[in-house]
Amino acid sequence: MAMFLLRRIGHGILVLWLISIAVFGLFFVAPSNVAQTLAGRQATPETIALIKHRLGLDLPVWKQYLHFLGNALKGNLGFDYYHQVPVTKIIAGALPITVSLALGAAVLWLSLGVFNGVISAIHPRSLADRGLTLFALFFYSFPSFLLGLLLLYFLYFRLTLSGFKWFPAGGYSPLAGGFGPWFQHLFLPWIALALLLAATYTRLTRGSMLDVLGEDYIRTARSKGIRESRVIVRHGLRSALTPVVTQFGIDLGQLIGGVVVTETVFSLPGLGQTAVVAINQQDLPVIIGIVLFASAAVVVANILVDIAYAVLDPRVRLH
Amino acid sequence: MALLEVRDLRVSFDTPDGTVHAVRGLSYDVEAGQTLAVVGESGSGKSVSTQTITGLTRGAKVSGTAFFDGTDLITADQSTLRRLRGAQIGMIFQDPLSSLHPQYRIGWQIVEMIRAHDKEISKQAARKRAADLLTLVGIPRAAERIDDYPHQFSGGMRQRVMIAMAMALDPALLIADEPTTALDVTVQAQVLNVMRRLQEQFGTAIILITHDLGVVAEMADEVVVMYAGAVMERAPRRDIFYRNHHPYTQGLLASLPARSGDRLTPIPGTPPSLISLPKGCPFAARCSHVFDKCRAEAPPLIDVARDPRHQSACWLPHENSEAIAS
Repeated sequence: MAMFLLRRIGHGILVLWLISIAVFGLFFVAPSNVAQTLAGRQATPETIALIKHRLGLDLPVWKQYLHFLGNALKGNLGFDYYHQVPVTKIIAGALPITVSLALGAAVLWLSLGVFNGVISAIHPRSLADRGLTLFALFFYSFPSFLLGLLLLYFLYFRLTLSGFKWFPAGGYSPLAGGFGPWFQHLFLPWIALALLLAATYTRLTRGSMLDVLGEDYIRTARSKGIRESRVIVRHGLRSALTPVVTQFGIDLGQLIGGVVVTETVFSLPGLGQTAVVAINQQDLPVIIGIVLFASAAVVVANILVDIAYAVLDPRVRLH
Repeated sequence: MALLEVRDLRVSFDTPDGTVHAVRGLSYDVEAGQTLAVVGESGSGKSVSTQTITGLTRGAKVSGTAFFDGTDLITADQSTLRRLRGAQIGMIFQDPLSSLHPQYRIGWQIVEMIRAHDKEISKQAARKRAADLLTLVGIPRAAERIDDYPHQFSGGMRQRVMIAMAMALDPALLIADEPTTALDVTVQAQVLNVMRRLQEQFGTAIILITHDLGVVAEMADEVVVMYAGAVMERAPRRDIFYRNHHPYTQGLLASLPARSGDRLTPIPGTPPSLISLPKGCPFAARCSHVFDKCRAEAPPLIDVARDPRHQSACWLPHENSEAIAS
């Protein structure tokens, strides 16, 4: 177990290092005019050169990279080009929003997906199965921005016009400012994200559950005379959840790194939206910081998935 | 009255290709404490019949009766069947690795079974009972191994665990569906020994489903030979081996490896489709004694040599059964 963790963490660091090189390289391949933007339209070439010098952009790319790497190893991801705010602080500010969005949606899509999947699997090819499959595929094939906009139109715009101010048009209210406003601001984004992802989980749970319900040990469980609900949940779902947990870990890891479309539609200043803004402004330190953080989230999620595998299935040994 | 009386059991499944008649008019008695062997090749309906009477068959059309201790299992509702399963009717299956849940400790699996039927018993007491049962079926250091997972046991040991679980509540009937088929020959004998020892100790009746006549010779009191969903011959064990009447029984015996080293004599051909069965005897197409009547009309199950314990479904003369065996 310790060996497994060490090796996986080693791999993770290698991956992050390669990603940092890739992002750095990509940034300098594209034409850059940060200094020009900062200096304004009327700036003299001298001003622009000064700004370039201040930001370290006049150094050779490899020197800039080594500089960045040295600082990053000390936990300093640099400062953003425009307001000189530490990148770590920017990430720390945006992270709770993305985490709130991702975790809340995760609760919804997991319960919805697993429940629907189990119902479908218990009665395959029944009306319920077909209905739930249709429901899942409908939202699965929906463009995510459109789903968000429709939710806003009906549940914010029309509802507010009718005198029910239940949901705001967007934005975020921190949990510290009260559970109610936090919940109200996140409810529509949760729904938008969960409906999109629930389909995968419905299909995954259904397929996995159908396989498991055909297993010999399910017949054994029935032969023991235990209640059918217990056969389905304790014996069937217990085994069927393994692939679901894998998918869940990977999805959650990806979402923690930023939910670009949903955050943008609902004006949530999470990591995804921050990254989009940074890319538009060519704000290299912020871009690199968020990309590295998002990659780290995926790497950690993958390690956790493997650990969860070993916890869920006693036959799995971690080496 | 016998412990289990199955009468004219018929089981069919609707499939896209047509109706599969898996069991066609099966009748047998299982006496308390006795072993009934149900013999036949794959697809002869032997497993379907026991799974149907215990309520484990899904989506089947079923008719007939199966009285177990006064309850008709065919018409009983699911909750009645559930109370009987495990408590009164224990079951073990062919592959002990896939039959035990891979993600639960064996002790947990046995305790779950005990506590499903005995609501009074404490967790500790059920666990103690599970450990005792594991000792009883010959698992060494049972108190330690109770917390092991199925994959940590060998095939024979796993089947012992299954037996311990099936026998946990001292059922009146044990249904053993090919219990030794997936095991090594040496281990087979050990597992059969465990079953026989427990049967003597608890007076359990056993329905032993097998295609292995060697197992039948070891274990059975009575034998039912099934083919294409119907009984071909029914007799006490000795008669099946020494005074058999039905050509199918003879074919099964001839295809056993003999000690002399002779080549095996397989039965030519394959069983008929259970969707479109022939009009006459289902075995007619493969039978070396076949004559016109066999193809025209299916023979009823009638007494051989006027012995009501020995019946055969064959048109061949019944007076002197040894005459045709040669």
